[in-house]
Amino acid sequence: MSRRIRRYWILTVILSVLILAGCVTTARKAFETDESQVELRSIQTRAFDTTDKKKMMQTVISTMQDLDFVIDKADLTLGSVTGSKFLGYNSVTMTVTVRPRGEKQLLVRANAQYGVQNVEDAATYQDFFNALEKAIFLTAQQVD
Amino acid sequence: MGKNPKLLKILPVAFLCLCLNGCVSTPKGFLKPGEGYLQKRQLQMKQYDTTNEEQIMAAVAGVLQDLGFTLDESETELGLVSASKKADATNKVQVTGAILFDVLGALGGNYSGNTAQCDKSQTVKASVIAKPSLEGKKIVVRVTFQRIVWNMSNQINRIETIDDPVVYQKFYDGLSKAIFLEAEKI
Repeated sequence: MSRRIRRYWILTVILSVLILAGCVTTARKAFETDESQVELRSIQTRAFDTTDKKKMMQTVISTMQDLDFVIDKADLTLGSVTGSKFLGYNSVTMTVTVRPRGEKQLLVRANAQYGVQNVEDAATYQDFFNALEKAIFLTAQQVD
Repeated sequence: MGKNPKLLKILPVAFLCLCLNGCVSTPKGFLKPGEGYLQKRQLQMKQYDTTNEEQIMAAVAGVLQDLGFTLDESETELGLVSASKKADATNKVQVTGAILFDVLGALGGNYSGNTAQCDKSQTVKASVIAKPSLEGKKIVVRVTFQRIVWNMSNQINRIETIDDPVVYQKFYDGLSKAIFLEAEKI
């Protein structure tokens, strides 16, 4: 084997070990997020000009049902709705919370998981809020 | 080994690709309504000429019990009931076919294990929402079902949302009857 090819091999092995090490699961890994806390909140949260929490929650539920979710849990006091749906061989679970913001608004936050991964993609959440907007006839406002 | 330098170069790259593949990314666009979602709504929804939400909820719980479900969770203020049941999922045609293939395989000297891949049991999850209609004179009920199917070797064979109209029809036939029975206090 020429020296060049041997060096190439060694480099590959080192790189593979590094990549595989990145996949190692530890307890800390469960608390890792890709986005910063503030950024994540702005991706997952929208404000609506209404104070009708019950109606908002019922709309959230029917939007989730439109998206093929089966609702597992809901709690009016806490303002939370949790549902799950299947996507190929993986399941998606999503929790949506509704809580008051000031006197005139409601904050809606969606939080999805795909298999064992947190969904932190802004466009995916935007799709959900687009669907919710249509269902409740109100505009979803970006929260800073 | 040194005779085929091309292969020596390709192999490490293939190996790297496999390593990277282990870290799968999440798919996009799964929170967008699918094409047929309005038709699905028609299938999953039914309106009742009443404003008595409590009566509808009692009937919903009743019909789920009639169908052999156990209630997992409920929030009456939002009109939610979720329930689940375990059921048999064996399909005679599938099992017979699998046995036939296994026997043929065995005759040919192979172990094919088709029978172990056959559906065996399933868990069905249901969630029902009852809420007042937009004009407030009716109650709208919406049910969704999903199921997990296990095979003979207790592995998950399939997970899916149930779209079979017959299943929904059966639920609503039962619900209409249950509403009548509740009204008559039976």
